[in-house]
Order: sequence, then C-alpha cells, then structure tokens
Amino acid sequence: MPVKSATVPRPSQEPSAKPALKNTRVVPVQPGTPANGAPDATTWSPGSVLSVTSLTPETVSEILTLATELEQEDPLKRAARLAKRKIALLFYESSTRTRTSFELAAKGLGADTTLVSSLSSSIEKGETLKDTGLTLRALGAEAIILRHPSSGAPWLLERETRLPVLNAGDGMHEHPSQALLDLRTMLHHLRPGTTTVAADTLTGVTVAITGDILHSRVARSNMLLLPRLGARVILCGPPPLLPELAAGLPGIEIERDFPRALAQAQIVMMLRIQAERLAGLQLDLEQYKANYQLTEALLAAHAPQAILLHPGPIIRGLELTGEVADGPQSRILEQVHNGVAIRMALVYRALTLPALPLLEKAVRA
Amino acid sequence: MSNLLIRNGHLIDPAVGIDAPKDILLKDGRVSEISAPGKLKPAPDTEIIDAKGLTVAPGLIDIHVHLREPGQGYKETIASGTAAAAAGGFTSVAAMPNTVPTNDSPEITRWMQAAERGASVRVFPIGAATRALKGEILNDYAALKAAGAVAVTDDGHPILKDSIMREVLINATRCGLSVIQHAEDTRMTQGASMNAGALAFRLGLRGMPPEAEYSLVERDIRLLAELSKDKGGSGKAGARDKNGAVPHLHVAHTSTAQAVAAVRQARRNGLRVTCEVAPHHFLLTEEHVGAYNTNAKMNPPLRSAADRDAMIEGILDGVVDAIATDHAPHASHEKEVEFERAPNGITGLESALGLSLRWLHREWKLPLSRVLSLLSAQPASLLNLKGRGTLTVGSYADVVVFDPKAEWIFNAKDSKSKSRNTPFDGWTMQGKVHYTISEGRVVYRAVALKKAK
Repeated sequence: MPVKSATVPRPSQEPSAKPALKNTRVVPVQPGTPANGAPDATTWSPGSVLSVTSLTPETVSEILTLATELEQEDPLKRAARLAKRKIALLFYESSTRTRTSFELAAKGLGADTTLVSSLSSSIEKGETLKDTGLTLRALGAEAIILRHPSSGAPWLLERETRLPVLNAGDGMHEHPSQALLDLRTMLHHLRPGTTTVAADTLTGVTVAITGDILHSRVARSNMLLLPRLGARVILCGPPPLLPELAAGLPGIEIERDFPRALAQAQIVMMLRIQAERLAGLQLDLEQYKANYQLTEALLAAHAPQAILLHPGPIIRGLELTGEVADGPQSRILEQVHNGVAIRMALVYRALTLPALPLLEKAVRA
Repeated sequence: MSNLLIRNGHLIDPAVGIDAPKDILLKDGRVSEISAPGKLKPAPDTEIIDAKGLTVAPGLIDIHVHLREPGQGYKETIASGTAAAAAGGFTSVAAMPNTVPTNDSPEITRWMQAAERGASVRVFPIGAATRALKGEILNDYAALKAAGAVAVTDDGHPILKDSIMREVLINATRCGLSVIQHAEDTRMTQGASMNAGALAFRLGLRGMPPEAEYSLVERDIRLLAELSKDKGGSGKAGARDKNGAVPHLHVAHTSTAQAVAAVRQARRNGLRVTCEVAPHHFLLTEEHVGAYNTNAKMNPPLRSAADRDAMIEGILDGVVDAIATDHAPHASHEKEVEFERAPNGITGLESALGLSLRWLHREWKLPLSRVLSLLSAQPASLLNLKGRGTLTVGSYADVVVFDPKAEWIFNAKDSKSKSRNTPFDGWTMQGKVHYTISEGRVVYRAVALKKAK
C-alpha cells in the first residue's frame, strides 16, 4: 500500500514573504503506523497489551469484568480454562510482584509457565531479544510476558514473534498491568461494585502521583490511562525527576508543592526513586525527603480521607515512612492482591482472542 | 573510450543557467559538445541515448555518505554503496572517515579510491580531522589532501574542544580544505536516542535536546568569525590559505531551526559557513519514531514539526547549500534490536532525488533547476570539486538522465545497497532515473529500458 500523499500547505506566493509553512501536517508515515495520537497504540495481536493507549474504555471494562469473574470462579473450573496451554515469562529485570502474580495468574488458569530470566539463559551469551523470542515460540509458547530495561522492547518482540505479548514493564515507558490493577484498587474504594468504566467514570477524582516520575513506567501508564476515564492527574516532584514537559500530556498538571498536591487528592500514589535509572543524576536524598516524603503528619494534615497507593517496591524511610506504609490509609497490599485477578484477565485474553489477519504490506520481508 | 550522444533531451545545468532542449556529446570521459537538438553529427562508433521527454542534468553529488569500507563490508562496500549511488542518479559521493580503521591517513584515503574497490561512481574521501575521531590530535591535512581528501571532519563525533576546533580550522584552511562539523554537544546527549521533548518523555526514551546541535554551531561560528578577521592591529593572525581565502565551515546534517538561523546570520555577516540538510530532516519528524521504529533512529534525530519546517524554509530561501543523504547503511540484525540499542542512521542514496522532486519541487514549488543545483552544482562548489556539478564543455561527463514527472514506488528490497534500513520503504517517489553516466561510462540503466532494447 503506497503512502497517501499529504498536502502540506504551500509556501506563500509573494516572492518577498517568508514561506508560510506554519502548521504543516506531518508527511505520512510508513504503512501501519498512525501519524498522530498514540504511535505506540499499534499491536499485531489483539490479545497483546503493550500500552494502555491501545485500551479503549470498553476494553478496560472487559478486562475489569473478566478479572472479577475469574477471581470468583471455582479454582478447579478456572484451571480448566487454559489447561496445558504454554506461556513464557521473559524477564530481563528483577521483579517480585509482577513476575509472581503473572505466574500465579497463568497457573490459576491451568497454563504451563516457564520463566526465562537474563541471568540464567542464553541472553547472557549474547542472544538477541528477537532470537530468544523465536526460540520460545519454537518451544511452543503461545504468549510471552516480557519485562525489559529498554523502552519499546515489547513492540520488537511482538513484531518478530507475532505472538501475543503482555508488557510487564519496558524501561521508563509503560507498565500497563500495573495501571489496570491500580485502577481496580481505586474503583473498589471510590466506586464500589463498579467493573465497567467510561470516559466519565472518574470525573471529580484527583490522583496525585509523587516521586520519580521521569523514570517511572507506572507513572506513565497511569498518566495515559486515568485522564481518559475522567480523572485529573497531578504530578509532584522536583524538576530533575519531573520535567516540565510532562505537563504536555492531556489531563496532566504539575504541582511542585507536596502538601498542595496532597490536599487536592483522593488518591495519593507514591513512587520510589529509581536509583538504577538515574544515569549520573545527582540527588540530595535528605533534601528530597524533606520535601517529598509522605509522613503520617502530612497525610493527616492534607489528605485524611485519601487512600495511599504505591506500585512497590517501597523503600521505607525514603519516599514514605514505615508508619504510613502500614497505616490505615495504605492500600499497597490490596494493589498486590488485585494484580493476580487483573493478570488472569490479561493472560486469558492473550490466549483466547483470535489473531488478526496479517496486513499484507505491513509484513516485513 | 567510446563516445556517447544524448539527444532529444531537455538539458538543465544550474551552474550556468541552461534550461533548454539540447543534445550533448560525451567524449573520452568529458563533455565534448553541447548543441541545439539535431545539430550534432555523431561519429559511427557513437552510442546514442534517446532522451526524448527526459531531463539531462549534471550527475548528482552527495557530500555525505558512509560507504563503510574499510572494515565494515557487511553493511556496505564501496562497490555496493556506489552502485546504489548510481541507481539514485549520483555520480560523485564524498565518503566519511568513520571507517574501521578510521580514515586518518593518506594510505586509507588512496585505498578508498583505488580501482580494485570497484566503484561505479567517483568517490571523494573526506579525511578524519583528528586521530581516531577522538577530537584530540590533528591528522596531517596536507598529506590527506595530497592523497585526494576533499575536506576533514570527525563525522559521527563532534570536535568539542574550542582549542582543537580552532586548530582544525587553521590547519585545514592552510591546506585549502573545508571543515565539516558534526554539531552535537555530546555532553547533552548521553544515552539519548531521539529528539528531546514531550514525545521522548512519553515514550520513555532519553532525548537529545536541540541545544546540543545549535550551541555547537554557534560556537563554531564564533571561532570562525575570530579566525576570519583580517590581520589587524591586534597582531593576531587570521587563518588564510595561500590565496588569501578565509576558513570554510560546513555544518553537516543540520536538523534544528536555531542551527539554520545561526548559519543564515553568519552568512549575512560575511562568513564562509555552509550547511546541508538530509531528506529525512526536511520530510520527517519525531512522530515517525512511531512504535519504536529503528529506521527512524538517526543522529541528529528527527526533530519537531517546527524544525522540519525550518529545514524547508532554509532550502527555499537559499541558506541551505546542499541536500546530502547521510547514507548510513546498517545490517538488518543491527537494526532489529531494542530502539535504544540500535545504531543510528538510514540509507538514502536511492531515495534522495525521488523525495526531493516529490516534495521540494512538486509540493513546495522549488524550481527543478534549484533542486538539481542543491544536488549537484552547489555541493560541487562547496567542496571545490573541479569539473563536477556542471555540464559545460570540458567538464567531466557525469550525467543523470531522468524522467522528472514519473512516479514510482521505492521498495527497499530492490535497493542496490547491502542494507535496507530506510524509513521510506513503500513511499511514492517522483523522478525516475533512466541513465547515470560517470565520466562517460553508463553506470546505471533502468531495468525496463534494458529489456526494451
């Protein structure tokens, strides 16, 4: 399929005038990639979840409903759903919650899982992501759950293997299953009994995300998902961890003052400082704690009704105090618990949604 | 050497302002005669090309290509890269020195031009400005020039230190060589893989800020201004070659609005600063990174729409002196990796003319002769390639014969390059090359025509 010819406005006809090229449109991109909006929304397989931007409110509702159904189902009946199907977990970074809950989710549905991690596999010998993916497919894997330190790695894996891929965290980019389990936790408290969502479900709800936004894939997935369901998202943190341009996303505001951010929030989401991604950035931790650590006093003074979320791992005494983590407003362990149900729904979809017919021209040689 | 008569074509020679139906006779590798249609009586052994309905122009000149030899023949060889050049209408290419080993020496410079390399078109090596492109120790420019180098650069790397850049400019000028700068302040681009901005933030990729480019261009212009001053009362010697020419700075692959603005201002101030723009920078924006498409990863990166528009404006208003492809072949296995790990660069020799005509000429109404000038006369003049970029009698018989109206689809798999890393696969091109003639030899002939014979 040849690329459509876009008309870029012509330069002004007057010879003296500077060419009037303002507001020109993007020259079309190659087949298969949308020119505007969310470039990373494209997937090969309908069961893949690489980015929350590909999830419509309807799809999110399906996932939430399915999560509740599967959670409530008789375990033996549930284990027949994907009995003996094969799922690979491919983890290039360490993980406790995400890996375990994906594994328990897949096993809860009866699937066989295999874990490949970068430290105990041919990845150490220099095998590429493409070859590792093709190898897993040849071994019978029907879907791959990928965690990877490079942003965008799930797109590469999906393109090369054509298998459904679930993004379990790619670099600083996204962590869609975390945003979905966060959403489930929020709904449980703010909209009890709700498992379907629409563009206005979270209207009136303010979510304050505080900490290392720059390096956080959890922040990005939440920032991209929640405003589309009506929520207002406030980001809080120092400029090195929260660049101004983060406010360029729709529905996103920046508030540098932590108490002011807390005072507006029904949901307080705290993030860890990702030491492994700071890339030479020097940060005064004492200064950081003085400005952004969540304490019982701050919570009582500014957000006594809010619930506290944290994607983990938490660093007690840094972004929050131990008392807060264990306190009555904390829903951190409920988030972890919700992870299994959400991931059951994602794994089930990945293996049961029919594959799309391949787009002829978009198939790479 | 046999003679070649191209007749019934429309000759455009921007260097001398010819834009008219002419027949042209090539003899012994040179342009022998130009005449009104039907006037030339060829000798019996003359090969005749019927160029009815076609444009005849000076062979195109790309002053920025990576031919990957010596050392990386799996990406490209001088033979394959110049075959791609010929297919794209190019008859001269200037080869960057970031080879393995680096082109630091007259030996490598000569090796690249040797007949055994099997080049289809003329290769002009560009020497490394500093040893191993490290920006520390200057190479021997006189020796490089004597071996055939036409300029010096550390392309792929900047010359960061002020003192070194000053020395490079002085020494190059004394030898009559231009200095080509890869303007990137690498202190601002560590670990970055696309343009800095909201989209990079959104995609979780570290960004290269526009300042990294334009701050270095501005720094270079300041140095150039100092060195271009006359030897005045200050007692400080300006840099001059033996004919009194001032230093020439050429900015490679310009990608930011501010860099073009800086060049425009410097030219108004009378400095010898030129710049080139690659087709991807006047056509694509950072949006084309899309779903982490490694064929949209290059250095400098694709920038914002405003920057892209500034490239077009610069081309239209004349501040841009050349279209250069930055042809940078990479093997498929090198590009089929995580975006952040993929090497920078895309191929460009076979799509440059087609994209320039489709967009600069048809869409943005740049006259055909201006487009051709940016692809031949101007690059020849800025690297002082004598007898190239024009078809006046006595010039090298470097000719491209093409159909300026024909549309065609560019398929990367049909490329003559060893590599396929292009974001323009499947794009509509305008202007089909029928013949490319290098120093009197037909080095490319469109396939369909061959069959018709």
